[in-house]
Amino acid sequence: MRMVALIVRRELGAYFRSPLGFIILSTVLLLDGLLFNAYAMGSEERRSSSVLMLFFYFSSGTTLVASIVISMRLLAEERQTGSAALILSAPVSEAEIVIGKFLSAWIFLAIITVATLYMPLLIFVNGSVTVGQICAGYLGLLVLGAAAVAIGTLGSVLAPNQIVATLLSAGMIGLTVILWWIAHVTSPPLSTASAYADLYMKHFPPFMTGVLSTANVLYYVSVAYLFLQISIRVLEARRWH
Amino acid sequence: MISVENLTKFYGQRRALDRVSFQIERGEAIGLLGLNGAGKTTMLRILTSLMLPSAGRATLDGLDVVRNAKEVRARLGYLPDTPPLYGEMSVQGYLLFAAQLRGLEGKKALERVEQVEEMTAIRDVRDERASHLSHGYRQRVGIAQAIVHRPSVVILDEPTSGLDPAQTVEMRGLIRSLRSEHTVLFSSHLLPEVSHVCDRVLILHKGALLGSPKMSELAAVLGMHTVLVRVRAEPKGPIELLRKLEGVHDISVEQVSDGQTELRLTLAPDVRPRVARSLIEQGYDLLRLDRPELDLETVFLRVTGHKSQGTRDANGSADRPA
Repeated sequence: MRMVALIVRRELGAYFRSPLGFIILSTVLLLDGLLFNAYAMGSEERRSSSVLMLFFYFSSGTTLVASIVISMRLLAEERQTGSAALILSAPVSEAEIVIGKFLSAWIFLAIITVATLYMPLLIFVNGSVTVGQICAGYLGLLVLGAAAVAIGTLGSVLAPNQIVATLLSAGMIGLTVILWWIAHVTSPPLSTASAYADLYMKHFPPFMTGVLSTANVLYYVSVAYLFLQISIRVLEARRWH
Repeated sequence: MISVENLTKFYGQRRALDRVSFQIERGEAIGLLGLNGAGKTTMLRILTSLMLPSAGRATLDGLDVVRNAKEVRARLGYLPDTPPLYGEMSVQGYLLFAAQLRGLEGKKALERVEQVEEMTAIRDVRDERASHLSHGYRQRVGIAQAIVHRPSVVILDEPTSGLDPAQTVEMRGLIRSLRSEHTVLFSSHLLPEVSHVCDRVLILHKGALLGSPKMSELAAVLGMHTVLVRVRAEPKGPIELLRKLEGVHDISVEQVSDGQTELRLTLAPDVRPRVARSLIEQGYDLLRLDRPELDLETVFLRVTGHKSQGTRDANGSADRPA
């Protein structure tokens, strides 16, 4: 755990020491703000809970995109710059490396997510929503983000550079998102499996409406666990060449 | 303390290492010599357990680099050909991280980092970002991270690569200073780098170990007791004179032009003064007497039994490559 904490501290510091971290932070806040103002608030009358739902709907999109960009550098950048040799030649296991880097990316994403809190709070100016709906929505964003960052971590482990890592992660996340549409054009049992495996349409909407389902939380945690396990095995396998 | 037995590595169909075996004792400074593509970096990456071998075994202090990878990595420091720096970190921050990664904590880590900064003369750039450093300083910081945890073995991959002559001399001095505390293994494709620092060399060629002679033996094997002599005369007279001298093992004609003859002599150690006196006393104008530059290609040609092109023997016949 000590090594994991060390890696988290270093990686988190790297996000704030480099321009990339601030660019991601400001871009996500800008996009969320624009989308919230233009569509969630909009010009027509809406129920407060609908405004909140739309906020989480747009935020989930920016969360997915931000996850890809945040995670692209985790190992691909080290491979590009040659700094990977430091951590790979140290007495640290591949599991500690992967978990440390994943946690740093997820914590950074969580900081960005929490920074958007002012927007749902603005709803209280002219309306009212339950704290439960806000908490459920943010929990949904965090677990969705965890799953997406884990997928991005695998992309970064596989790729030789950050651009390929971005494309790979975007492809994998895109695939898991379109499973919902695949479910609609196939028959059971494939349609059932595809629908369940879908990263977004099956499991995220309940969070938007304030419904906290342990099954959905468990789903996202399982996806994160699966992709992190694969990342660890891939990193171990790289020592063969 | 390092034992390598029949180490083999394939990249697909290509064999990068071919049943390499050697031993390195504690306290030795070993040069890993080879042309580009000889397998030096592959060898070092296997010893540092960054890469697994296809066959064979390597141990450090009895610990297998594959089965006990974590313990092995705790006992060695590694500087790859590109220093593994984090550009956005300060030098001191980076070294602290490297120290903590290798198990040092708190005040001990800070003290050791300060010590290493002094040893590698990087104290004046400790607050600079690594990305702002010159190549020479980056190599020094790279060595600093390799020794910050006091490893028993330090492995350096082409540590003088890209350095200017002044920086190269400084780096050689730094590597020499490591010998007091560490067993050193470093790779180079430049023979002078190795000869200034090492007790022994491992000569790799196309993945195979050609030999592991001591530096003094290498000098004899490779003809580093060879001298070039140029006199203002035709070849016959000087050759007859030098043949009679004790300690002159071989004479070959390098060049004859404009009334001057250049001869390549293989000598016993320290016969050069006698050669010079003999030629001058016999009235020959001695225009040159020095050691030829020995490059790595010549090393390999000598070790594999080939002869250099363009050489003539003492009878004037051109040597043909074997």
